[in-house]
Amino acid sequence: MTTIQERVTTTAPVVKRKKRDWSVAIRVVVLLIASVFILGPVLWTLSTSLRPPSESFQLPPAFLPLNPDLTSYEQVFKQLNIVALVVNSALVTGLIAVGQMITAALAGYAFAHLRFKGKGALFSIVLATMMVPAQVTIVPVFMLIRGVGLSDTLLALIIPAIPTAFGTFLMRQYFMGLPGELAEAAAIDGASPWRTFRSVYAPLAMPGLAIVGILAFNFHWNEFFRPLIMTISEQNFTLPLGLVSLQGNLGTGSISVVLAGVVLSMIPALVVFMFGQRALQDGLTAGTGK
Amino acid sequence: MSTATSTPTGTGSEPGRRQAVHKNVQGSKRDRVQQRWLPWAFLAPTIVGMGIFTLLPIVASIALAFFRWDIITAPTFVGFDNFAEVVQDPTVRVSFLNTIVFVVVAVALQLGLALGLAIMVQEKLPAWLRVFFRSAFFFPLILSAASVSIFMRYLFNEQFGVVNWLLSIVGIPAVPWLTTPTGSAAVVILVYVWQNFGFSFLLFIGGLASIPVETYEAASIDGATGWRKHWFVTLPLLSPTTLVASVMAIINALQVFDQPYVLTRGGPGDSTRTAVMVIFESAFQRLEFGQASAIGVILTLIIMAITAAQFRLSKRFVFYQ
Repeated sequence: MTTIQERVTTTAPVVKRKKRDWSVAIRVVVLLIASVFILGPVLWTLSTSLRPPSESFQLPPAFLPLNPDLTSYEQVFKQLNIVALVVNSALVTGLIAVGQMITAALAGYAFAHLRFKGKGALFSIVLATMMVPAQVTIVPVFMLIRGVGLSDTLLALIIPAIPTAFGTFLMRQYFMGLPGELAEAAAIDGASPWRTFRSVYAPLAMPGLAIVGILAFNFHWNEFFRPLIMTISEQNFTLPLGLVSLQGNLGTGSISVVLAGVVLSMIPALVVFMFGQRALQDGLTAGTGK
Repeated sequence: MSTATSTPTGTGSEPGRRQAVHKNVQGSKRDRVQQRWLPWAFLAPTIVGMGIFTLLPIVASIALAFFRWDIITAPTFVGFDNFAEVVQDPTVRVSFLNTIVFVVVAVALQLGLALGLAIMVQEKLPAWLRVFFRSAFFFPLILSAASVSIFMRYLFNEQFGVVNWLLSIVGIPAVPWLTTPTGSAAVVILVYVWQNFGFSFLLFIGGLASIPVETYEAASIDGATGWRKHWFVTLPLLSPTTLVASVMAIINALQVFDQPYVLTRGGPGDSTRTAVMVIFESAFQRLEFGQASAIGVILTLIIMAITAAQFRLSKRFVFYQ
């Protein structure tokens, strides 16, 4: 970075450098405006949730609530069984994430380092299932769930989401990045194939597993379509579903209450954003050839 | 978001060599038995799970499209009736048309915005600013589409919304966003693009980073500057990324549901009803599971056709180094 800058200053005439600074300034301004449009709505949501409900529609909007008012947060606990929603969302998301990490690690390892008949064909089938939109399979899945008596339960959301084609693909790529010589060395040391996986490869694959877990968390914490179909009674709702029904139930007078709920639902996602942004970005763009 | 399109590279590294080594290492009998069943034990949860929750439903969905079934009474075989009815149904037709318009406009906006901003972020910029902008544009991706639609509905409120207040500053009279067909469609598109352009942005950032600096140096020696540099160097070299980004954006946009469902419930009238919304409504509100499956099959065929067409086009227009 600095070397390039130095070279520019030494080789380019002064006038040219001034022009360059201008173009950087213009770019920064454009990018800042874009950032305001992206972050503005979120900041408005946060600041409105921190003001008394009566001031929800105050214009011009105040983005910085100087004396935060927590009435809306008290209200959202009263009007909505938000604790139950959080517990449901956490249970569903957590169990799916752990389930996906385990099954994807096992299958990914098998596809990467174990030898068995029909490996190529089987892996192609796994890849092909990624192309089928979930909305197409939802009707038969719903009937299946209903048939085994699991409709309107959290298990109806959890079990079908555990087998993961994308996670398997990701873990296969990750295990293939680890040298096959490790297995040979372990075999020479007398480790069984299972032991080789458990003690040699699995610990090394933790970063890949973290990506699978974070992706699963991000997707299922925010999921709306499946919970809308699979759950009927409010006690089984997840957060996004509960918040949408709260918005439907309350009039426009209680906007800040709804927004307080929205802010609460964002907190876990924010934590992931702060600590796992890199992993999330890597995971989302994995398999796109970049 | 979980649709990957490229096939993995390097299947099974050096099989010949590995085999030779395995022959030399004579494990115990227990190990050899384990070698036989271990792969299947490892694969079982995924393969069985996918068989039950993906493959079986695909077959069932296709079969169901030829039956009339409301879950309560026994299903009756009706041949292609479901398809015939669905194709003639005005609501279904409008919804597919809406979906196509939505895909065209939203994807164009999303890719344009993402590409422009990615180029600006990747050029010379202080490191901390680059990190800030990248995080900011990525941020909406971690939110739930339902929550986003909830607060956006307030922001686009005709009388009290911040959007119309901002427009009034510039002298534009209040826009009836959520009460008119055009306004509603615009809101659904804007909210969708707001949340999703960050994904294409990330892909473009990756693509730009892989263009060698020497190419630009060579171009500037040849006299290319500013936008000409991007037109003649960046765009051609970025075309593989653009292809992947557009395929993924189109496939995702074709399945739009959360935003229109929460923002408008498909209204006013049918103006923002989408293909997936009619699948949802005919299955879970009208209990016409056969028709819902027929619509699903049509949507899947469209998605497959578009994917195939894009990769065919790519052979002519995509420049691979």
